[in-house]
Amino acid sequence: MAVAFLVLPLVGLVVRAPWSTIGPQLAQQEVGQALRLSLFSATLATLLSLVLGVPLAWVLARSRIRGRSVLRALVTVPLVLPPVVGGVALFLVIGRTGILGRPLYEHLGVTIPFTTTAVVIAETFVAMPFLVISVEGALRAADARFEDAAATLGADRWTTFRRVTLPLVAPGIAAGAVLCWARALGEFGATITFAGNFPGTTQTMPLAVYLALQRDPEAAIVLSLVLLAVSLGTLLLLRDRWLGRGVAA
Amino acid sequence: MKRLIAALAVLTLAGCGASDGGSTDGVTGTVTVFAAASLTDVFTDLGHRLERDHPGLTVEFDFAGSSTLASRLTEGATADVFASADTDQMDVVTNNGIVSRAPTLFAMNVLEIAVPPGNPGGISGLADLADPAKRIALCAPEVPCGAAAGKAFDAAGLTAAPDTLEPDVKAALTAVQLGEVEAALVYATDVHAAGDSVEGIEFPESEDTLTGYPICTLTDAPNPAGALAFVQLVTSDAGRKALTAAGFRLP
Repeated sequence: MAVAFLVLPLVGLVVRAPWSTIGPQLAQQEVGQALRLSLFSATLATLLSLVLGVPLAWVLARSRIRGRSVLRALVTVPLVLPPVVGGVALFLVIGRTGILGRPLYEHLGVTIPFTTTAVVIAETFVAMPFLVISVEGALRAADARFEDAAATLGADRWTTFRRVTLPLVAPGIAAGAVLCWARALGEFGATITFAGNFPGTTQTMPLAVYLALQRDPEAAIVLSLVLLAVSLGTLLLLRDRWLGRGVAA
Repeated sequence: MKRLIAALAVLTLAGCGASDGGSTDGVTGTVTVFAAASLTDVFTDLGHRLERDHPGLTVEFDFAGSSTLASRLTEGATADVFASADTDQMDVVTNNGIVSRAPTLFAMNVLEIAVPPGNPGGISGLADLADPAKRIALCAPEVPCGAAAGKAFDAAGLTAAPDTLEPDVKAALTAVQLGEVEAALVYATDVHAAGDSVEGIEFPESEDTLTGYPICTLTDAPNPAGALAFVQLVTSDAGRKALTAAGFRLP
Protein backbone atom coordinates (compact mmCIF):
# COMPACT_ATOMS: atom_id res chain seq x y z
CA MET A 1 0.00 0.00 0.00
CA ALA A 2 2.66 2.47 1.06
CA VAL A 3 4.72 1.74 -2.04
CA ALA A 4 1.69 2.19 -4.31
CA PHE A 5 0.86 5.47 -2.60
CA LEU A 6 4.38 6.77 -3.19
CA VAL A 7 4.89 5.37 -6.67
CA LEU A 8 1.50 5.83 -8.39
CA PRO A 9 1.84 9.64 -8.78
CA LEU A 10 5.18 8.98 -10.47
CA VAL A 11 3.52 6.50 -12.81
CA GLY A 12 0.93 9.19 -13.55
CA LEU A 13 3.69 11.59 -14.61
CA VAL A 14 5.28 8.99 -16.85
CA VAL A 15 1.95 8.07 -18.46
CA ARG A 16 0.92 11.69 -19.09
CA ALA A 17 4.32 12.69 -20.46
CA PRO A 18 4.13 13.84 -24.09
CA TRP A 19 6.74 11.37 -25.34
CA SER A 20 6.42 12.49 -28.96
CA THR A 21 7.51 16.07 -28.26
CA ILE A 22 9.93 15.33 -25.45
CA GLY A 23 13.01 15.91 -27.65
CA PRO A 24 12.27 19.55 -28.59
CA GLN A 25 11.05 20.26 -25.04
CA LEU A 26 14.39 19.12 -23.61
CA ALA A 27 16.41 20.97 -26.21
CA GLN A 28 15.21 24.32 -24.87
CA GLN A 29 18.07 26.33 -23.48
CA GLU A 30 16.26 27.11 -20.23
CA VAL A 31 15.99 23.45 -19.31
CA GLY A 32 19.76 22.88 -19.29
CA GLN A 33 20.30 26.21 -17.55
CA ALA A 34 17.79 25.42 -14.81
CA LEU A 35 19.11 21.90 -14.34
CA ARG A 36 22.74 23.06 -14.04
CA LEU A 37 21.75 25.76 -11.58
CA SER A 38 19.71 23.27 -9.53
CA LEU A 39 22.54 20.74 -9.28
CA PHE A 40 25.13 23.44 -8.54
CA SER A 41 23.12 25.21 -5.84
CA ALA A 42 21.86 22.01 -4.18
CA THR A 43 25.43 20.67 -3.99
CA LEU A 44 26.77 23.92 -2.59
CA ALA A 45 23.91 24.04 -0.07
CA THR A 46 24.78 20.48 1.00
CA LEU A 47 28.47 21.32 1.47
CA LEU A 48 27.52 24.40 3.49
CA SER A 49 25.14 22.27 5.56
CA LEU A 50 27.94 19.74 6.22
CA VAL A 51 30.36 22.43 7.36
CA LEU A 52 27.80 24.11 9.64
CA GLY A 53 25.56 21.18 10.46
CA VAL A 54 27.96 18.44 11.61
CA PRO A 55 29.44 20.54 14.47
CA LEU A 56 25.90 21.55 15.46
CA ALA A 57 24.80 17.92 15.49
CA TRP A 58 27.82 17.10 17.69
CA VAL A 59 26.84 19.81 20.14
CA LEU A 60 23.27 18.50 20.24
CA ALA A 61 24.34 14.90 20.77
CA ARG A 62 27.40 15.15 22.99
CA SER A 63 27.73 18.43 24.84
CA ARG A 64 26.04 19.19 28.12
CA ILE A 65 25.38 22.87 27.53
CA ARG A 66 22.24 24.37 29.03
CA GLY A 67 19.28 24.95 26.77
CA ARG A 68 20.18 22.05 24.53
CA SER A 69 16.56 21.00 24.11
CA VAL A 70 15.62 24.54 23.14
CA LEU A 71 18.45 24.48 20.60
CA ARG A 72 17.17 21.20 19.19
CA ALA A 73 13.66 22.62 18.86
CA LEU A 74 15.07 25.66 17.04
CA VAL A 75 16.83 23.41 14.55
CA THR A 76 13.50 21.92 13.54
CA VAL A 77 11.90 25.33 12.92
CA PRO A 78 12.71 25.34 9.18
CA LEU A 79 11.09 21.89 8.92
CA VAL A 80 7.79 23.19 10.25
CA LEU A 81 7.82 26.68 8.78
CA PRO A 82 6.13 26.95 5.38
CA PRO A 83 9.10 27.56 3.05
CA VAL A 84 7.48 30.72 1.64
CA VAL A 85 7.48 32.20 5.14
CA GLY A 86 11.10 31.09 5.46
CA GLY A 87 11.81 33.15 2.35
CA VAL A 88 10.14 36.23 3.83
CA ALA A 89 12.07 35.69 7.08
CA LEU A 90 15.32 35.64 5.12
CA PHE A 91 14.29 38.96 3.52
CA LEU A 92 13.76 40.46 6.96
CA VAL A 93 17.27 39.45 8.07
CA ILE A 94 19.54 39.64 5.03
CA GLY A 95 17.31 41.44 2.55
CA ARG A 96 18.23 44.91 1.41
CA THR A 97 16.27 46.46 4.26
CA GLY A 98 16.89 43.56 6.67
CA ILE A 99 18.53 43.66 10.08
CA LEU A 100 21.91 42.49 8.75
CA GLY A 101 21.21 43.18 5.10
CA ARG A 102 20.84 46.95 5.44
CA PRO A 103 24.36 47.63 6.79
CA LEU A 104 25.71 45.14 4.25
CA TYR A 105 24.05 47.10 1.46
CA GLU A 106 24.78 50.58 2.76
CA HIS A 107 28.46 50.05 3.61
CA LEU A 108 29.60 47.38 1.17
CA GLY A 109 27.00 47.69 -1.59
CA VAL A 110 26.24 43.99 -1.29
CA THR A 111 22.71 42.78 -1.97
CA ILE A 112 21.87 39.13 -1.52
CA PRO A 113 18.23 38.68 -2.67
CA PHE A 114 17.65 37.76 -6.33
CA THR A 115 21.15 36.29 -6.75
CA THR A 116 22.47 32.73 -6.98
CA THR A 117 23.89 33.24 -3.47
CA ALA A 118 20.30 33.75 -2.31
CA VAL A 119 19.30 30.44 -3.89
CA VAL A 120 22.05 28.62 -1.97
CA ILE A 121 21.13 30.36 1.30
CA ALA A 122 17.42 29.59 0.91
CA GLU A 123 18.16 25.94 0.13
CA THR A 124 20.58 25.62 3.04
CA PHE A 125 18.03 27.15 5.41
CA VAL A 126 15.39 24.64 4.43
CA ALA A 127 17.58 21.54 3.97
CA MET A 128 20.19 21.70 6.75
CA PRO A 129 17.85 20.43 9.52
CA PHE A 130 17.55 17.12 7.65
CA LEU A 131 21.32 16.70 7.89
CA VAL A 132 21.58 17.86 11.50
CA ILE A 133 18.85 15.52 12.68
CA SER A 134 20.22 12.42 10.97
CA VAL A 135 23.81 13.12 12.09
CA GLU A 136 22.62 13.71 15.64
CA GLY A 137 20.77 10.39 15.51
CA ALA A 138 23.91 8.62 14.30
CA LEU A 139 26.02 10.24 17.04
CA ARG A 140 23.57 9.15 19.72
CA ALA A 141 23.53 5.61 18.38
CA ALA A 142 27.34 5.48 18.25
CA ASP A 143 28.92 4.13 21.40
CA ALA A 144 30.55 6.99 23.28
CA ARG A 145 32.83 4.54 25.10
CA PHE A 146 35.04 4.30 22.01
CA GLU A 147 35.66 8.02 22.34
CA ASP A 148 36.35 7.66 26.03
CA ALA A 149 38.79 4.86 25.28
CA ALA A 150 40.57 7.02 22.72
CA ALA A 151 40.78 9.83 25.27
CA THR A 152 42.29 7.55 27.93
CA LEU A 153 44.86 6.44 25.38
CA GLY A 154 45.99 10.05 25.10
CA ALA A 155 44.19 11.23 21.98
CA ASP A 156 43.16 14.87 22.14
CA ARG A 157 39.58 15.92 21.35
CA TRP A 158 40.19 16.75 17.72
CA THR A 159 42.06 13.51 17.05
CA THR A 160 39.30 11.54 18.74
CA PHE A 161 36.67 13.29 16.64
CA ARG A 162 38.61 12.79 13.41
CA ARG A 163 39.87 9.22 13.97
CA VAL A 164 37.11 7.66 16.06
CA THR A 165 33.82 9.60 15.95
CA LEU A 166 33.75 10.51 12.27
CA PRO A 167 34.35 6.97 10.94
CA LEU A 168 31.71 5.67 13.36
CA VAL A 169 29.03 8.07 12.17
CA ALA A 170 30.12 8.34 8.51
CA PRO A 171 27.10 6.40 7.24
CA GLY A 172 24.81 8.71 9.20
CA ILE A 173 26.53 11.78 7.78
CA ALA A 174 26.28 10.37 4.27
CA ALA A 175 22.59 9.58 4.68
CA GLY A 176 21.99 13.05 6.10
CA ALA A 177 23.87 14.66 3.23
CA VAL A 178 21.80 12.73 0.70
CA LEU A 179 18.55 13.77 2.39
CA CYS A 180 19.76 17.34 2.57
CA TRP A 181 20.78 17.35 -1.10
CA ALA A 182 17.47 15.89 -2.22
CA ARG A 183 15.51 18.44 -0.18
CA ALA A 184 17.63 21.30 -1.54
CA LEU A 185 17.14 20.06 -5.10
CA GLY A 186 13.36 20.12 -4.73
CA GLU A 187 13.24 23.41 -2.78
CA PHE A 188 10.64 25.83 -4.13
CA GLY A 189 8.94 28.16 -1.67
CA ALA A 190 11.85 29.85 0.06
CA THR A 191 13.77 30.06 -3.21
CA ILE A 192 11.06 31.76 -5.26
CA THR A 193 10.37 34.21 -2.43
CA PHE A 194 13.90 35.14 -1.42
CA ALA A 195 15.87 34.53 -4.63
CA GLY A 196 13.13 35.36 -7.13
CA ASN A 197 12.94 33.72 -10.51
CA PHE A 198 15.31 34.62 -13.32
CA PRO A 199 16.58 32.19 -15.95
CA GLY A 200 20.28 31.49 -15.50
CA THR A 201 20.75 33.12 -12.10
CA THR A 202 17.92 32.02 -9.81
CA GLN A 203 15.50 29.87 -11.82
CA THR A 204 16.03 26.33 -10.51
CA MET A 205 14.18 23.31 -11.88
CA PRO A 206 11.26 23.41 -9.40
CA LEU A 207 10.68 27.08 -10.30
CA ALA A 208 10.84 26.28 -14.02
CA VAL A 209 8.33 23.47 -13.46
CA TYR A 210 5.94 25.76 -11.60
CA LEU A 211 6.03 28.43 -14.29
CA ALA A 212 5.73 25.89 -17.10
CA LEU A 213 2.58 24.65 -15.38
CA GLN A 214 0.99 28.08 -15.89
CA ARG A 215 1.47 27.92 -19.63
CA ASP A 216 1.88 24.33 -20.73
CA PRO A 217 1.25 21.47 -18.26
CA GLU A 218 2.93 18.99 -20.62
CA ALA A 219 6.18 20.93 -20.51
CA ALA A 220 5.93 20.92 -16.71
CA ILE A 221 5.63 17.13 -16.73
CA VAL A 222 8.69 16.80 -18.95
CA LEU A 223 10.72 19.08 -16.67
CA SER A 224 9.63 17.15 -13.58
CA LEU A 225 10.68 13.87 -15.16
CA VAL A 226 14.10 15.32 -15.99
CA LEU A 227 14.56 16.45 -12.39
CA LEU A 228 13.44 13.04 -11.10
CA ALA A 229 15.66 11.11 -13.48
CA VAL A 230 18.73 13.21 -12.66
CA SER A 231 18.23 13.03 -8.90
CA LEU A 232 17.50 9.29 -8.88
CA GLY A 233 20.48 8.67 -11.15
CA THR A 234 22.79 10.72 -8.93
CA LEU A 235 21.62 9.01 -5.76
CA LEU A 236 22.04 5.52 -7.23
CA LEU A 237 25.48 6.39 -8.55
CA LEU A 238 26.58 7.82 -5.19
CA ARG A 239 25.26 4.80 -3.37
CA ASP A 240 27.29 2.44 -5.53
CA ARG A 241 30.44 4.51 -5.59
CA TRP A 242 30.96 5.91 -2.15
CA LEU A 243 28.38 4.98 0.33
CA GLY A 244 28.65 1.23 0.15
CA ARG A 245 25.64 -0.90 0.81
CA GLY A 246 25.23 0.26 4.36
CA VAL A 247 23.42 3.43 3.44
CA ALA A 248 20.01 3.49 1.84
CA ALA A 249 19.67 6.54 -0.34
CA MET B 1 -5.27 47.61 -29.57
CA LYS B 2 -7.85 47.31 -32.36
CA ARG B 3 -7.91 43.57 -31.91
CA LEU B 4 -8.49 43.99 -28.22
CA ILE B 5 -11.42 46.32 -28.79
CA ALA B 6 -12.89 43.88 -31.32
CA ALA B 7 -12.52 41.03 -28.85
CA LEU B 8 -14.14 43.09 -26.14
CA ALA B 9 -17.05 44.01 -28.41
CA VAL B 10 -17.69 40.33 -29.18
CA LEU B 11 -17.53 39.40 -25.54
CA THR B 12 -19.87 42.16 -24.53
CA LEU B 13 -22.38 41.34 -27.25
CA ALA B 14 -22.32 37.66 -26.40
CA GLY B 15 -23.35 38.45 -22.85
CA CYS B 16 -23.45 36.03 -20.00
CA GLY B 17 -27.08 36.23 -19.05
CA ALA B 18 -26.45 39.15 -16.76
CA SER B 19 -29.12 41.09 -18.62
CA ASP B 20 -31.66 38.30 -18.28
CA GLY B 21 -32.96 40.01 -15.19
CA GLY B 22 -34.25 36.62 -14.06
CA SER B 23 -35.59 36.12 -10.59
CA THR B 24 -32.96 35.40 -7.98
CA ASP B 25 -35.47 34.07 -5.49
CA GLY B 26 -34.53 30.81 -3.89
CA VAL B 27 -30.83 31.62 -4.08
CA THR B 28 -29.35 29.64 -1.22
CA GLY B 29 -26.63 27.12 -0.39
CA THR B 30 -22.98 27.67 -1.20
CA VAL B 31 -21.65 29.34 -4.32
CA THR B 32 -17.96 28.82 -5.14
CA VAL B 33 -16.18 31.53 -7.09
CA PHE B 34 -12.76 31.06 -8.71
CA ALA B 35 -11.39 34.56 -9.24
CA ALA B 36 -8.13 36.21 -10.32
CA ALA B 37 -5.97 37.34 -7.39
CA SER B 38 -6.36 41.01 -8.35
CA LEU B 39 -10.10 40.76 -7.61
CA THR B 40 -9.56 39.67 -3.99
CA ASP B 41 -10.72 42.80 -2.18
CA VAL B 42 -13.59 43.88 -4.39
CA PHE B 43 -15.04 40.36 -4.80
CA THR B 44 -14.82 39.65 -1.07
CA ASP B 45 -16.92 42.78 -0.46
CA LEU B 46 -19.42 41.85 -3.18
CA GLY B 47 -19.64 38.33 -1.73
CA HIS B 48 -20.60 39.73 1.68
CA ARG B 49 -23.19 41.92 0.01
CA LEU B 50 -24.73 38.94 -1.80
CA GLU B 51 -24.83 36.98 1.44
CA ARG B 52 -26.70 39.88 3.09
CA ASP B 53 -29.18 40.04 0.20
CA HIS B 54 -29.82 36.30 0.27
CA PRO B 55 -29.93 34.89 3.80
CA GLY B 56 -28.90 31.25 3.70
CA LEU B 57 -26.37 31.83 0.93
CA THR B 58 -22.63 31.41 1.51
CA VAL B 59 -20.13 32.71 -1.04
CA GLU B 60 -16.75 30.99 -1.03
CA PHE B 61 -13.75 32.23 -2.99
CA ASP B 62 -10.60 30.75 -4.36
CA PHE B 63 -8.31 33.62 -5.36
CA ALA B 64 -5.19 32.73 -7.37
CA GLY B 65 -3.42 33.51 -10.63
CA SER B 66 -5.86 33.17 -13.54
CA SER B 67 -3.73 30.54 -15.24
CA THR B 68 -3.54 28.48 -12.04
CA LEU B 69 -7.32 28.63 -11.71
CA ALA B 70 -7.84 27.76 -15.38
CA SER B 71 -5.64 24.68 -15.08
CA ARG B 72 -7.43 23.66 -11.87
CA LEU B 73 -10.75 23.88 -13.71
CA THR B 74 -9.52 21.86 -16.69
CA GLU B 75 -8.15 19.27 -14.23
CA GLY B 76 -11.64 18.85 -12.80
CA ALA B 77 -12.00 21.30 -9.90
CA THR B 78 -15.64 22.09 -9.09
CA ALA B 79 -16.79 25.71 -9.01
CA ASP B 80 -19.81 27.81 -9.93
CA VAL B 81 -18.21 30.98 -11.30
CA PHE B 82 -14.88 31.78 -12.95
CA ALA B 83 -13.57 35.35 -13.22
CA SER B 84 -10.28 35.67 -15.10
CA ALA B 85 -7.80 38.54 -15.37
CA ASP B 86 -7.42 38.01 -19.09
CA THR B 87 -9.34 36.58 -22.01
CA ASP B 88 -6.63 33.99 -22.85
CA GLN B 89 -7.19 32.05 -19.65
CA MET B 90 -10.97 32.30 -20.08
CA ASP B 91 -10.45 30.84 -23.56
CA VAL B 92 -8.62 27.88 -22.04
CA VAL B 93 -11.68 27.14 -19.95
CA THR B 94 -14.16 27.89 -22.76
CA ASN B 95 -12.32 25.59 -25.17
CA ASN B 96 -12.64 22.77 -22.68
CA GLY B 97 -16.43 23.19 -22.57
CA ILE B 98 -16.46 24.15 -18.90
CA VAL B 99 -18.25 27.46 -19.45
CA SER B 100 -22.02 27.36 -19.79
CA ARG B 101 -22.47 30.60 -21.72
CA ALA B 102 -20.24 33.10 -23.45
CA PRO B 103 -18.35 35.16 -20.84
CA THR B 104 -19.16 38.78 -20.01
CA LEU B 105 -16.47 41.40 -19.78
CA PHE B 106 -16.98 43.26 -16.51
CA ALA B 107 -13.79 45.22 -15.77
CA MET B 108 -10.55 46.52 -17.26
CA ASN B 109 -7.15 47.04 -15.73
CA VAL B 110 -3.89 48.67 -16.80
CA LEU B 111 -0.35 48.29 -15.55
CA GLU B 112 1.29 50.86 -13.35
CA ILE B 113 4.83 51.17 -11.99
CA ALA B 114 4.95 50.49 -8.25
CA VAL B 115 7.84 51.89 -6.22
CA PRO B 116 8.59 51.84 -2.48
CA PRO B 117 7.48 54.94 -0.53
CA GLY B 118 9.76 57.88 -1.31
CA ASN B 119 10.85 56.28 -4.61
CA PRO B 120 14.44 55.47 -3.51
CA GLY B 121 15.41 54.38 -7.02
CA GLY B 122 14.35 57.70 -8.58
CA ILE B 123 12.08 55.91 -11.06
CA SER B 124 10.20 58.21 -13.42
CA GLY B 125 9.04 56.06 -16.31
CA LEU B 126 9.24 52.81 -18.19
CA ALA B 127 12.78 53.59 -19.42
CA ASP B 128 14.07 53.19 -15.85
CA LEU B 129 12.79 49.62 -15.87
CA ALA B 130 15.03 48.94 -18.85
CA ASP B 131 18.09 50.09 -16.88
CA PRO B 132 20.16 47.05 -15.78
CA ALA B 133 21.63 49.05 -12.88
CA LYS B 134 18.21 49.24 -11.24
CA ARG B 135 16.70 46.34 -9.34
CA ILE B 136 13.41 45.51 -11.04
CA ALA B 137 10.71 42.87 -10.55
CA LEU B 138 8.35 41.90 -13.37
CA CYS B 139 5.76 39.16 -13.64
CA ALA B 140 6.84 36.05 -15.53
CA PRO B 141 5.70 36.07 -19.17
CA GLU B 142 3.61 32.94 -18.46
CA VAL B 143 1.14 34.90 -16.31
CA PRO B 144 -1.19 37.70 -17.54
CA CYS B 145 0.60 40.62 -15.84
CA GLY B 146 3.88 39.46 -17.40
CA ALA B 147 2.30 39.22 -20.84
CA ALA B 148 0.93 42.75 -20.39
CA ALA B 149 4.36 44.01 -19.30
CA GLY B 150 5.82 42.58 -22.50
CA LYS B 151 3.30 44.62 -24.53
CA ALA B 152 4.24 47.81 -22.68
CA PHE B 153 7.96 47.37 -23.39
CA ASP B 154 7.23 46.50 -27.02
CA ALA B 155 5.12 49.63 -27.39
CA ALA B 156 7.92 51.75 -25.91
CA GLY B 157 10.59 50.01 -28.00
CA LEU B 158 12.53 49.14 -24.83
CA THR B 159 14.17 45.95 -23.60
CA ALA B 160 13.17 45.19 -20.04
CA ALA B 161 15.97 44.61 -17.50
CA PRO B 162 14.28 42.61 -14.74
CA ASP B 163 16.16 40.94 -11.89
CA THR B 164 13.34 38.55 -11.14
CA LEU B 165 10.26 37.25 -12.96
CA GLU B 166 7.67 36.66 -10.26
CA PRO B 167 5.04 33.93 -10.52
CA ASP B 168 2.14 36.31 -9.81
CA VAL B 169 1.46 40.00 -9.48
CA LYS B 170 1.16 39.95 -5.68
CA ALA B 171 4.67 38.49 -5.39
CA ALA B 172 6.02 41.37 -7.51
CA LEU B 173 4.16 43.83 -5.29
CA THR B 174 5.55 42.18 -2.14
CA ALA B 175 9.10 42.68 -3.42
CA VAL B 176 8.33 46.43 -3.69
CA GLN B 177 6.65 46.59 -0.28
CA LEU B 178 9.69 44.96 1.33
CA GLY B 179 11.93 47.50 -0.42
CA GLU B 180 13.89 44.72 -2.12
CA VAL B 181 13.38 46.12 -5.61
CA GLU B 182 13.32 49.71 -6.82
CA ALA B 183 10.28 49.15 -9.01
CA ALA B 184 7.84 46.56 -10.32
CA LEU B 185 5.16 46.57 -12.98
CA VAL B 186 1.84 45.66 -11.37
CA TYR B 187 -1.81 46.41 -12.02
CA ALA B 188 -3.17 49.85 -11.15
CA THR B 189 -5.62 48.10 -8.81
CA ASP B 190 -2.74 46.48 -6.89
CA VAL B 191 -1.19 49.90 -6.28
CA HIS B 192 -4.63 51.11 -5.19
CA ALA B 193 -5.10 48.18 -2.79
CA ALA B 194 -1.58 48.48 -1.32
CA GLY B 195 -2.43 51.90 0.14
CA ASP B 196 0.55 53.78 1.58
CA SER B 197 2.98 50.87 1.35
CA VAL B 198 3.81 51.64 -2.29
CA GLU B 199 3.63 54.60 -4.65
CA GLY B 200 2.22 54.32 -8.16
CA ILE B 201 3.67 55.92 -11.27
CA GLU B 202 1.55 56.02 -14.41
CA PHE B 203 3.23 55.83 -17.79
CA PRO B 204 1.92 56.55 -21.30
CA GLU B 205 2.57 53.07 -22.71
CA SER B 206 0.22 51.59 -20.13
CA GLU B 207 -2.69 52.09 -22.55
CA ASP B 208 -1.25 49.19 -24.52
CA THR B 209 -1.53 46.98 -21.45
CA LEU B 210 -5.29 47.35 -21.10
CA THR B 211 -6.60 43.91 -20.15
CA GLY B 212 -10.20 42.77 -19.88
CA TYR B 213 -11.69 40.69 -17.06
CA PRO B 214 -14.30 38.18 -18.25
CA ILE B 215 -16.63 36.37 -15.87
CA CYS B 216 -18.93 33.41 -16.45
CA THR B 217 -20.96 30.67 -14.80
CA LEU B 218 -19.66 27.14 -15.29
CA THR B 219 -21.47 24.25 -16.95
CA ASP B 220 -21.17 21.87 -14.02
CA ALA B 221 -21.93 24.49 -11.40
CA PRO B 222 -23.42 22.74 -8.35
CA ASN B 223 -25.36 25.94 -7.60
CA PRO B 224 -26.48 27.52 -10.92
CA ALA B 225 -28.92 29.96 -9.27
CA GLY B 226 -26.23 31.21 -6.88
CA ALA B 227 -23.72 31.44 -9.73
CA LEU B 228 -26.09 33.57 -11.81
CA ALA B 229 -26.87 35.80 -8.82
CA PHE B 230 -23.17 36.46 -8.26
CA VAL B 231 -22.50 37.27 -11.93
CA GLN B 232 -25.55 39.57 -11.96
CA LEU B 233 -24.30 41.40 -8.90
CA VAL B 234 -20.82 41.91 -10.39
CA THR B 235 -22.29 43.35 -13.61
CA SER B 236 -24.95 45.42 -11.83
CA ASP B 237 -24.64 49.14 -11.04
CA ALA B 238 -23.59 48.30 -7.49
CA GLY B 239 -20.93 45.93 -8.79
CA ARG B 240 -19.63 48.51 -11.25
CA LYS B 241 -19.46 51.10 -8.49
CA ALA B 242 -17.43 48.74 -6.29
CA LEU B 243 -15.07 47.91 -9.15
CA THR B 244 -14.48 51.60 -9.93
CA ALA B 245 -13.82 52.30 -6.28
CA ALA B 246 -11.15 49.57 -6.30
CA GLY B 247 -9.35 51.26 -9.20
CA PHE B 248 -10.71 49.18 -12.08
CA ARG B 249 -11.86 50.74 -15.31
CA LEU B 250 -15.16 49.71 -16.84
CA PRO B 251 -15.54 48.22 -20.32
